[in-house]
Amino acid sequence: MTPSPMDPRPNAKKDRIDSLAQTAGGSGATATAVKDVHVGAAGKVKDTGGVSLIASAWSRLRRNPVFLIGAAITVVFVLLALFAPLIAPHDASKRLPQLLENLTPGNIPGPMSGSPLGSDEFGRDLLSRLIVGARQTLIVGVFATLFGLTGGIALGTLAGAFGGWVDSLVMRVVDVMLSVPSLLLAVSIAALAPKPSQWTVIIAIATVQVPIFARLLRGSMLAQRGSDHVLAARALGVKQSSIVFRHMLPNSLGPVIVQSTLVLATSIIDAAALSFLGLGNPDDRQPEWGQMLGAAQGLIQDYPHLAFYPAACIIVVALGFTLMGESLREALDPKSRR
Amino acid sequence: MLRFIVRRLVQMVGVLVVLSLLLFLWLRSLPGGTVSAILGERATPQSRAAMEAQFGLDQPIWVQYGKFVGRVLQGDFGPSTSVLPGTDALTIFFQRLPATIELSFFAMLIAIALGIPLGYFAARRRASLLDNASVIFSLVGIAIPVFFLAFLLKYVFAIKLGWLPVSGRQSGDVDATRVTGFFVIDGLITREFDASWDALKHLVLPSIALASIPFAVIFRITRASVLDVLDEDYIRTAESKGLTNRVIRGRHILRNAMLPVTTTIGLQIGALLAGAVLTERVFSFGGLGEALALSFERRDYPVLQVLILAAAAIYVLVNLLVDIMYAVIDPRVRTR
Repeated sequence: MTPSPMDPRPNAKKDRIDSLAQTAGGSGATATAVKDVHVGAAGKVKDTGGVSLIASAWSRLRRNPVFLIGAAITVVFVLLALFAPLIAPHDASKRLPQLLENLTPGNIPGPMSGSPLGSDEFGRDLLSRLIVGARQTLIVGVFATLFGLTGGIALGTLAGAFGGWVDSLVMRVVDVMLSVPSLLLAVSIAALAPKPSQWTVIIAIATVQVPIFARLLRGSMLAQRGSDHVLAARALGVKQSSIVFRHMLPNSLGPVIVQSTLVLATSIIDAAALSFLGLGNPDDRQPEWGQMLGAAQGLIQDYPHLAFYPAACIIVVALGFTLMGESLREALDPKSRR
Repeated sequence: MLRFIVRRLVQMVGVLVVLSLLLFLWLRSLPGGTVSAILGERATPQSRAAMEAQFGLDQPIWVQYGKFVGRVLQGDFGPSTSVLPGTDALTIFFQRLPATIELSFFAMLIAIALGIPLGYFAARRRASLLDNASVIFSLVGIAIPVFFLAFLLKYVFAIKLGWLPVSGRQSGDVDATRVTGFFVIDGLITREFDASWDALKHLVLPSIALASIPFAVIFRITRASVLDVLDEDYIRTAESKGLTNRVIRGRHILRNAMLPVTTTIGLQIGALLAGAVLTERVFSFGGLGEALALSFERRDYPVLQVLILAAAAIYVLVNLLVDIMYAVIDPRVRTR
C-alpha cells in the first residue's frame, strides 16, 4: 500500500505506530472498511446532531417489519423453551396408554382427544415432544454458538491483537479448519466420540463455528489497530493488554455478535443434519427437533407428518434468527445509514 | 501475477500437509479403529496383536505417519472394509466421482441461473414486491434443512405425484452403455438419447435440493453487491452521459458487482460436497456424498480417508482457482 501523506515531522514513535498500523491493515479490504466507517459516521453526525450508531440502529429496527417478525419468532421460541414442561400437556418421555392402545406395527395413531397431533412411533404425545423439543433445540443452538464464539474470540483476539507471526500462525490454523466443508468437519468431529450424546453434537457444531468467528473478529480488530482512538491510547502510553481488551475488543465485537444470531440458526439446522446421518444424540427421552426429524425419516412415506412438524419448527425458528440477524447487520452497517 | 499464484500454491501445499497430519491423527483417535472394525466381537489379544503388526500399528507414531504419507502419495489407501468390501478405496472414489460432478454441475447451474438474475433485478427494484418475495424465498432456502427439502421433493414429486423417479441415477429398465461415467453425456455419445433423458429426470430433484443453499447465498451476494455498485459515482456518471441501460448493466454494474459473486460461487462449489452427502443419501444417488454417509455409518476408514482428503483437496483447489480468477478479473487484487 502507498504511504499516506501524513504529518511530515520526524517522530520515531509515530513512525513505529504507523508501520504497525500499516502491517495490520495489510489487506486493503479492512483498510477501506475503516475509511468508510469514518466517512459514514462523520457524515451522520453532521446531519442529525450526534446520534450514536446503536441509537440510530434501534430507531430504525423498531420500525423494521423484518426485524420485528424475526424478534417475535425468537421471543416465542425462547419462552416456549423456558416454560416447556409447564405448557406441554403430557410428559414428553412417557408412553401414553390411550395412544399405546391404538399403536400397532402398521398404525401410528393420529390426532385424538387429549393429543391434538397424535402419537409418535413409540406412543408418546407428539405435541408435548415438540414443545419440550424447543428447550433441547435452544440448548443445542445456544451452547454450540457460545462455545464457537468463545473459541473464535480467543483465536481472533490473539491474531488481531498481536499481528505478525502469531497472526500468521492462527490464520493458517483457521485456513486449515476452513479447508474442509463445514458439515464434513462437524460430522468428522462427531464421529470421534465413542458414544454420541447431546454434548458431542454441541462440540462438533461449535468447532465448525470457531474459524468463522475468529476470521471475523480478526478482520475488525485489524481495522481497529490503525484507527485513531487506538493510536491515541498507544501515544498516551496505555498498556498493550488494556488497549486490546478495553479499546479494541469491545469495538470489534459488533459484527461477531450479529453473526452469532445467524450461527444459532445454522447450528440448529446442522444438529438436524448430524441426527440424519446417525451421529446425533441417541437418547430420545429429552427430544430435540433435529433428532425427531432424523428419527422420522424412515417413516416418511407412511407418516410424513412425523417429519413435517419438527421440520416446520426448525425452519420457522431458523428463519426467525436469520431475519433478526440480517436486519441487525443491516442496521449496524454504517454504509446502509443513508 | 506469477508471484501471486506461486505464493497461493505454497500456501495450499502447507494447508494440505497440515491437513494430512490432522487426518492421520483423526483416524488414529476414531473409536473402535480399523482392527476392531475388522475383527469385531471375536477379537482376542493375540489376534489383535497379530493384526496390529500386520497393519504396522505397533510401530512408533511418526513412522506410521511417514508410511501413511507415503501411501497417500502413491494413492494406496487400502481396500474398503464395508461399503464395497475388498474394492480399492481409491477405485471407489473414481467410480463415484462422475455422479457427484454431474449432480453438482446441475445444482450450480440452477443456483447461478436463478440466483444472479434474481439478485440483479431484486436490487434494481429495491423494496418492490419482487425484491421482498425473493429475499424471503432465499431466506427460506437457507433455513430449510437440505435433507428435509430433499425428502419433501421426493415425497411430493416422486412418491405422491409420480412425475419423477424416486431414487438412483438411471431406471433399471434402461439399458445404457457406459463410456465416461457421466450418464447424461454417455447417452449423447452413444446416441442412446432415451438413456440421457432418463438420467436427466433422475437429476432434477436432487439438483434442486442441492441447489437450495448455493442459490440463496449467490442471490443474496449478487443483490447486496449490485446495491453497492448502484451507489457508486461511476454509475451516476454513466447514466448522465446518456449510456443505454444495456451498456450500463453489462459494463458498469454487472462487471463490478460480479467480483464478490465469483468468490462466493467458488466457496459454494467447494461446500457442495457437504450438501451432496445429505442429498445423495436421500436419493441413493450413488455418488461421493452417499459413499461418505455410508462410510461414516459403517466405519469404513479407508474410504473415509480418501473421501475426506479429496474433499479438502478439491475445496482448497477450487479456492485457489477462484483467487487466481479474481486477480485476473480485478487488477487491483494483484498489487495488494
